[in-house]
Parts: sequence; C-alpha cells; structure tokens
Amino acid sequence: MPDSGTNTGIGASVRRKEDFRFLTGKGKYTDDLNRPGQAHAYFLLSPHARAKINGIDTNAAKQAPGVVDVFTAADLAADGVSGPICGWVVTQKNGEPHKSPAVSALASDRVNYVGEQVAIVVAETLAQAKDAAELIEVNYQPQPALIKMKDALANGAAQLHDDVPGNLCFDWEIGDKAATDAAFKKAHHVTKIDIHNNRLIPNAIEPRAAIGDYDSGMDMMTLYTTSQNPHVARLVLAAFMGLGPENKLRVVAPDVGGGFGSKIYVYRDEIVTLWAAKKLGRPVKWTAERSASFLTDAHGRDHDTHAELAVDKDGTFLGLRVSTLANVGAHNQIFSTATPSYLYGCLLAGQYRTPAVYGEVKTVFTNTAPVDAYRGAGRPEATFVVERLVEKTAKEMGIDRAELRRRNFIPPDQFPYQSPCLVQYDSGDFPHLLDRAMEVIDYAGFSARKQASAERGKLRGIGLSCWIEACGLAPSAVVGFLGGGVGQWESANIKFNPTGSVTLYTGSHSHGQGHETVFAQIISEHLGVPVESVEVVHGDTAVVPFGMGTYGSRSGPVGGGAVYKAAQKIVEKGRKIAAHLLEASVEDIEYAGGTYSVAGTDRTKTMAEIAFAAYVPHNYPLDVLEPGLDETAFFDPMNFTFPSGAYFAEVEVDPDTGVVTVLDMVGIDDVGTVMNPMIVAGQLHGGFAQGIGQALYEQCVYDENGQLLTGSLMDYCMPRADHFPSFRTEETNQPCPHNPLGVKGCGEAGAIGSPVAMLNAVIDAIGVNIDMPATPEKVWRALQSQAQAAE
Amino acid sequence: MYNFNYYRPLSLEEAAQVLSAASDGKLMSGGMTLIPTLKQRLANPSDLVDLSEIADLSGIEAKGDTVVIGATTTHAEVADSEVVKSQIPALAALAESIGDPQVRNRGTIGGSIANNDPAADYPAGLLGLGATIKTDRRQIPADDFFTGMFETALEEGEIVTAVSVPIPKKAAYAKFPNPASRYAIVGVMVAQGPAGTRVAVTGAGPGVFRVAKMETALEKNFSANAIEGISVPAKGLNADMHASADYRAHLVGVMARRAVTAAG
Ligand SMILES: Cc1cc2nc3c(=O)[nH]c(=O)nc-3n(C[C@H](O)[C@H](O)[C@H](O)COP(=O)(O)OP(=O)(O)OC[C@H]3O[C@@H](n4cnc5c(N)ncnc54)[C@H](O)[C@@H]3O)c2cc1C
Repeated sequence: MPDSGTNTGIGASVRRKEDFRFLTGKGKYTDDLNRPGQAHAYFLLSPHARAKINGIDTNAAKQAPGVVDVFTAADLAADGVSGPICGWVVTQKNGEPHKSPAVSALASDRVNYVGEQVAIVVAETLAQAKDAAELIEVNYQPQPALIKMKDALANGAAQLHDDVPGNLCFDWEIGDKAATDAAFKKAHHVTKIDIHNNRLIPNAIEPRAAIGDYDSGMDMMTLYTTSQNPHVARLVLAAFMGLGPENKLRVVAPDVGGGFGSKIYVYRDEIVTLWAAKKLGRPVKWTAERSASFLTDAHGRDHDTHAELAVDKDGTFLGLRVSTLANVGAHNQIFSTATPSYLYGCLLAGQYRTPAVYGEVKTVFTNTAPVDAYRGAGRPEATFVVERLVEKTAKEMGIDRAELRRRNFIPPDQFPYQSPCLVQYDSGDFPHLLDRAMEVIDYAGFSARKQASAERGKLRGIGLSCWIEACGLAPSAVVGFLGGGVGQWESANIKFNPTGSVTLYTGSHSHGQGHETVFAQIISEHLGVPVESVEVVHGDTAVVPFGMGTYGSRSGPVGGGAVYKAAQKIVEKGRKIAAHLLEASVEDIEYAGGTYSVAGTDRTKTMAEIAFAAYVPHNYPLDVLEPGLDETAFFDPMNFTFPSGAYFAEVEVDPDTGVVTVLDMVGIDDVGTVMNPMIVAGQLHGGFAQGIGQALYEQCVYDENGQLLTGSLMDYCMPRADHFPSFRTEETNQPCPHNPLGVKGCGEAGAIGSPVAMLNAVIDAIGVNIDMPATPEKVWRALQSQAQAAE
Repeated sequence: MYNFNYYRPLSLEEAAQVLSAASDGKLMSGGMTLIPTLKQRLANPSDLVDLSEIADLSGIEAKGDTVVIGATTTHAEVADSEVVKSQIPALAALAESIGDPQVRNRGTIGGSIANNDPAADYPAGLLGLGATIKTDRRQIPADDFFTGMFETALEEGEIVTAVSVPIPKKAAYAKFPNPASRYAIVGVMVAQGPAGTRVAVTGAGPGVFRVAKMETALEKNFSANAIEGISVPAKGLNADMHASADYRAHLVGVMARRAVTAAG
C-alpha cells in the first residue's frame, strides 16, 4: 500500500486543478488556436446515403472569391494518402480475418452514408469556403440505401463494398457451443428475449476540429487535433495514411472537450486537413459544425440481440446463448471490430457462475455513419443482454430479482475466476455490493413506496443491474493475441526541477477526466510534493513520451501505474543521492513521505534537497551516479481490470402520458482504490447521465433513405440536469491485484451499469417489455396494449 | 450565412420604409428562429431589419381590462412581469415554459407569433385568451391571425407592434414539451373570460386550433370531468418520430383536462 503522504495524496478529494482554466473560459481547445496565415477548410458532405459518383466538377468553386484550392479523392490518391483504418483483426468462425473495405481519404467513386466527406474547399475565410462549396457539382447517381441490418444481410442485397460479399464484416463466436446446447437440454426453464440496443450519437461538447501546419524549413508537419490519443494518431497517420514519417509529424491534442470514444479515431477530415496544409504550404483550419458532428462522428451501440438463459428449478443458471447483429455503419474504424466482438462477448457471463456460455455476433455494413467504441464500448451492450435476461427470468420464475442474482453470484472466494468467455476476473465481492445497494435504496421499503405512488395514480418501478466490465485496456500480450494492432501499455516521465517542483509528462490524454489532478496526487503521495508543485503535461507528441492515450478507462490503472513506476524509480535514484549526501550506504537509507533518513539516526534529506543536489552536482561521485532526477517508466499490466457494481433505479410512470420520472439512482461500485473520491463520483455521475440518456431519451434515427432525422439537438434528446434526481454513489474497495495502485477504472462504469437498471425499472413499473429509449409514447403504447389485452 | 445588409432603425416608420425599399427584406426580432435559418443557408434575404432598438415596440402595460405586450418583449420579460403574473398568470407560465433561458432572453412574442411555428406556445396562448394582434396597419383578432402552418394574416411588409390580451376570469396552460427542443408536442390553453370559454391547442396539428366540443362542455360545467369523454380525431394531426397522431390526439385530452383543473 502507498505511503501516507501529504494531504493532497491518494484518497483526498483534491479540487480539480484544471477547472480554473475551464470554468473561466481560459482553456485552449483546437478551435481556440490560430496559426499565422491560416486558411479555412470546409468539407462538402454527401447528401445521399448511397450513390455512385460519376464525376466531380470543382472548376467553378476554384474560381470563387477567396478560394485557395479545392481537392477531391483523386488529389489525395495521387499523393498516396488514404483513409481511416481498422485497428483490430477479428478472426471469424471460419478462421478467416474479418472484412475491412479499403477506405479512400475522400469519397471517390461512391458514397455510402449521408455526411461522407466528398471534397475539401480551402479559402481565406470560412464563409468563402462554404460559398464555394455550393458551386461544386457532384454527379451523383443515387441508389437505394441499406439502412437496416437485416436488409443489408438479405439474400441478393446490393453490395456496399466490392471487397465485402454480403455486407458481412464478420461472423464470430465465443464460448462453448456444445456445452451450452447440453446445458439447455437440462433446463427446467428457458427465458428468451429479443432486444435492441439503441444507436447513440456521442455529442462531445467540443466538436471535432483540426489544424494542419507545415514548416517547410524543418520539413515538419504538425496536426493540432481533438484526439484522445495523439501518439496513436501520429502512428496511424504515418504508417497507414501516407503522412509520415513519424519523426516528421507532430500531433498536438490540446485541451479536448470530451471524447467518449468518438475522438479515438483518425477521421477523414483530420487526414485531409493535414495533407492540404502541406500541399498548400500554409496552415489550414477546420472545425466541425454541430450538424456535421451528428453526421460524421462515429456513432455508438446499435445491436439487435436474441438471447436465452437456461435455468434449473431453483433458479441456478445453467447456460446462456446469445446471438447478436451489430451495425458497423459504412466502413470500419479503429475499434469497430473489437467493440462488438471481444469487448462485448468477453463480458457475457456477467457476475454469475453460469458454466456454459455461447455467443455469436455478426457485424454488418450499412449506409449509415461508422459505428465504433462509445463510452463502455461493448460492455454496456453485454450488461444490457445479461441483466435484462436475469430480470425477466426472476419475473417469469417468481423469484425475487435480488435473490435470483444472489443464488448465482460468483462467490468472493472464487477469485481469480476464469469466465467461460475467455477472461479471468481479478477480484470482486458481488454479494456485498448488492447488500449495500439494497440498504441504500431501501429495497424492503419499495412496496410501501409503490403503494404511495399508486394512491397518486402513478406507477412506480424498481430496477436492478449487477454488472461487471473489463477495462484498463492493457495487457499488450492479450490484446495482441486477440487481434489488436498495437501495444496497450502506458508511459510516464517524471522530471524533478532543480528547485524541487515536478513536471510529469504522461502518455495518457485528459479530455475531461481530471488527470492533471489525480496524477499530481500520485506524485504527491509517493514523492512528498504538494499537488500545486506538480505540473502534468500531456497531449503533444513532441513533448511527452510515446503513449497510447485515454479510452477504455485505462488512464487510472495503466497511466497511473506508469506514473507510480516512474515515481519508484525516482525514489530509488534519490536513495543513491541521499546516501551520497548523508555519507551512508544505500542500504541504510530509508524513505518515507518525501524524506530520506539514515536508519536509526535523525539525519535526513528532503526530496527538494535531493533534487537540488541532482542538478547541482558539485561534489558528486560521477563514476557511480548520474546527475539529474528524471525517470521514465512504461507500464503494461498482466490483465484487464474488472470493476463491478450493483445499481438500483427507481422511477415513476405517469400512465396518462407515459412520462417516466427518475426518482432515484443508486450506484454501489467497486472501482478498486479510489484516488480522488470527488473525481470518481463525478465520473460516475456523468456515466449515469449518459446511461439514463440511453435508457430514456437518446435515439439516433435514420429514415429509410438514410437521411438522419435526429441531426440536431432539437430532435436528438440529450439528457439534461433537470431530468435527474441527485445521484447516490458509494465506492467499496477491492483493490485490483495486478496494478500497483490497486485501481480498476471508473470512467465507463456509470454508463455500463445504468441503462439496464433504468429500463428494468420502467418495465417493472408498467409490466410490459419495451426497448430503449423508454420514451413517453412507447411507454404509453405499452400500457394501452396491456389494457387492451386485459379486456 | 449569405451576405445581407443590416439595419437597426430607431422608429417603426423607418423600419417600414427600409423594409419596403429592400428587394427581399426580412424583419428580425429576437433572431432565435431567423438566425439559425440564415446560418443553415435556408434563407437568403437581401436586407435584415432589426426591430430591437425601436423603443415603443417593447414593454408590458395593463390597459383597462387588457394587458398590452409590445412585439419585441422577450419571453423572459413576460414570464417575470408583475403585471402578467398578477393579471394573467397562465400567460406568464406559458412564457416560462418556452425553450431554455437563452431562448427566453432573446426570443420575442412578436417574432413567435409572426413565425407561427405549429409547435410554438404563444399561438395557443393568444388564441385561447382571445387576444388581438396590433400591427403598423391594423388590428387582427387572434381567431383570424393564425392561418396555417407558418402562415399568418400578415401582409407583405406588415409589422406586428403589440398584442392586447383580455384579462380572463380563469385560465391555464398545460404543455407536453418535446424533451429535446422543448417546443410543444401538445400545448393546450383553456380560458374563461371576456372572450368566452376557449380551448386552444398547439403542437398537435398543422396550426393552432380550437376545440369547439370542449368549449361547449366547459361553458356548461367548467371541470375536467365535463370534457372527460371528448377527444379530437387523430386524422390530420401531426405525426413524426417524436409523437404519432394517435398519441397527440390522446395528449390533447390529457392536457386539456390538466389545464381545466389548474385553472380551477
Ligand atoms: C432551442 C429553441 C427552443 C425553442 N423552444 C420554444 C418553445 O418551447 N416554445 C416556443 O413557442 N418557441 C420556442 N422557440 C422559438 C422562440 O421562442 C422564438 O419565439 C422564436 O424563435 C421567434 O421569436 P424571435 O423573436 O426570435 O423571432 P425572429 O427569429 O427574429 O423572427 C422570426 C420570424 O418572425 C418575423 N418577425 C419577427 N418580428 C416580427 C414582427 N414584429 N412583425 C412581423 N414579423 C416579425 C421574422 O421576419 C422572422 O420571419 C425555441 C427556439 C429555439 C432556438
């Protein structure tokens, strides 16, 4: 366990250092940056969901006032620049790799979704670029669009990509089919569900943006962009898109206003903006409008699933069978194959001992925007399937929902637990989470509350979800084994300054998480420096060590682990310096809370004194000790981390209108060591808001022609503060055994466990199964159909 | 946004003059509808005439048995007005239910009714309360003003200057908002007073409309029970991804009853 250091160390609710600049409008986002002499870019987007492009005439646009140039796919292809790539090879049932269509840097001979980038106009002003874009004549030959997955998979369906027969990206399986079939033969009861996991549009508050800049003297390209992982962006741009070499490309992701996964990927607009800057020899700036964000940011979820749970007469789970269709949209992106396969299938056992599990997933190309990892990425979908099925089983068998779960929990003494779905759960105490959640929500008092609601003419419901997820995307070996294209470690470099303050360079990237505070706390804890004296630097490939960035709740467990490791190296280096200064042997030097002492004496040196000596080595044993106090560490843990939780939602439904009011949302989480309780609570609250948004409000809708009907905030309902009660969260602490800080990751937890808890509550209230989002009309219709059936 | 000439006249006469001289001029009040339309390049006016600096167009005043509200008065001003809150609380509540604080602090009553969005609240408010719309040319009863989806009785270049709202004996507005935009999926103003007994519905149809059957029933017995069995036909009502015509028809009944109960 860590030393107890100053009061700004691990476990303290230190106020977020970064918030001063954010709350006073002094953050520096990509769109706040301006390069001398910059021109402005506007992308012409496809108005068709599917069309052949028979020609593009840019002549009139090129002549328009203020236009610097107009480029299309052909210009980029001529320079060997290509489009987005897939970062994960999924091996199909038949042993073949999944199908990833080749993607050009701009749409060339066809478009496959509304919003696909067709041309870039660069002009002196944005208004001029937009004016000129109207003069581009694209000869489209519209074709019927394939929007629904079942239509895209139908026999004889048109093929969206020449190299993808049947529009099937992959047909994949996990688990043991024979054992699962055998389990179903023994079943006393089988619960079946057909459910849809609704498609979501991320809507980070900051739209995506990019500035390309080229220094011809240095032959150096710089891309300022809204990325969650600037080094990965640089690697991909250089290695796959023809914009390298890596040493001649710098990627800067300055302050970034939310990502939720949508800013992991390298998009066409970033590729083309960077290329155009070099081509034109002047900086080019592009910022997405909100309506372009709706059309072009990677969407999330969109699964259709049939699942069955086999149960014996006592309610013991015997086997689980899951069959899912997952929409990948028009083409692959970095995680679009990993998300509906491993990140989904590996969690299908949930918190339960179910001995036999079999899952199969088909992913399908359609004429919709690409779908990729979105907060939780696969794990909310898995939790949704398992916890709907369990809740429905409880209802069908007449067993209390909590009791049924308790009978099937993996007992706390069974960890590490080998799941039938590949992964090995590290630690957890599921009965404890549930017990505490039942206390906090006052489960026993629910029927009285339901009665009180009924007296007011309202239908009250309670819903539970007991969830587990795998995050802290790391073990490079596992990721590589499963088909991932990169390593998944993280880096940290701690540089002591001569006057005793610290600059930490991290490969993680903060886009709202609070790394500048929490990483400073780790340093404070282990090196005895107050957080105010720690500067955390991230987001610039020219400055920080190569890092993998932030997604999959990896910064605490993996990035934090790297910070810890680097801090330990500092401690060890400092010990040698202390031994020298105190004229003792290294073995006799003790270290605690930022101070070195000679064992059994009162002779001490503070870390600040050590740092000064390290940089002013006037009297130094240079043969055995290097000057400087500067250490770098890379951390690659042995396993994912497995946060878990028990969530209760309580709602009231107005039967006259179908409106659902959220009355209570309780989350008891095991996210391992809590480094900053306030920040953990903030992450969970944000996750709840997103999860409840999915359960009750958010729904991406394309019409049958592939036009996005929910293309603005007037039609796509984002959750708002006034939709929610005060959330109640508590953390239990089962430290993760395989990272030095014991943390499990909390960034996605709230969004993973809450949607299904909320939907379960609505279904409990109305007594009819419905899909998310539980909009008023859907709820009202369900009640109408129930009333009719009762007649 | 395309280029346009921008004017900010100080008098109504000047505004009318500039507007009539322009080849394709457009009035601007709060800009909450117009500016997004311009930004999306859905409109291309030659000239924009901003009414916001014309002093006489703004303000709220009790005049005899009416409350007069200037065309450029914002929704927030109506919602906060002591005069409106004490004389026609239903109208203050309606204004408070519009959009979000930004929209309420910019959007105006004149802009709202001139635009006559089928999901806007004021059309139901003014029709339900039997208001009169004043323009630089004439006075138009609300019954004649709202003529259809985004259509009004305003002539080319005619400027709304104020609305005059008779003070009702009782009135209430019940709204079922679109959870995303906050516009009305269904909004019902119910009132009894100098303009008779009125039930005006917005959001549900292509334009605001009155429900005669409910009005007759309420005239006899102003209670929610009196209109319990009265429904509006779904045929002809709006249907979109937010609400089907059936559901809107159902909500008209629910909101009308809630409004009657609230009006007391
Ligand atoms: C996010 C959002 C949410 C909203 N929610 C709601 C809601 O819940 N309920 C609701 O009712 N409304 C809602 N609105 C609309 C808003 O309340 C305004 O009423 C509306 O935008 C028009 O008023 P304005 O003053 O902004 O008019 P403008 O946008 O300036 O003008 C609108 C139109 O009216 C014309 N016009 C303006 N003034 C006059 C005049 N004096 N005489 C003649 N013509 C004139 C203009 O030429 C233009 O065609 C919402 C708007 C937004 C952006």
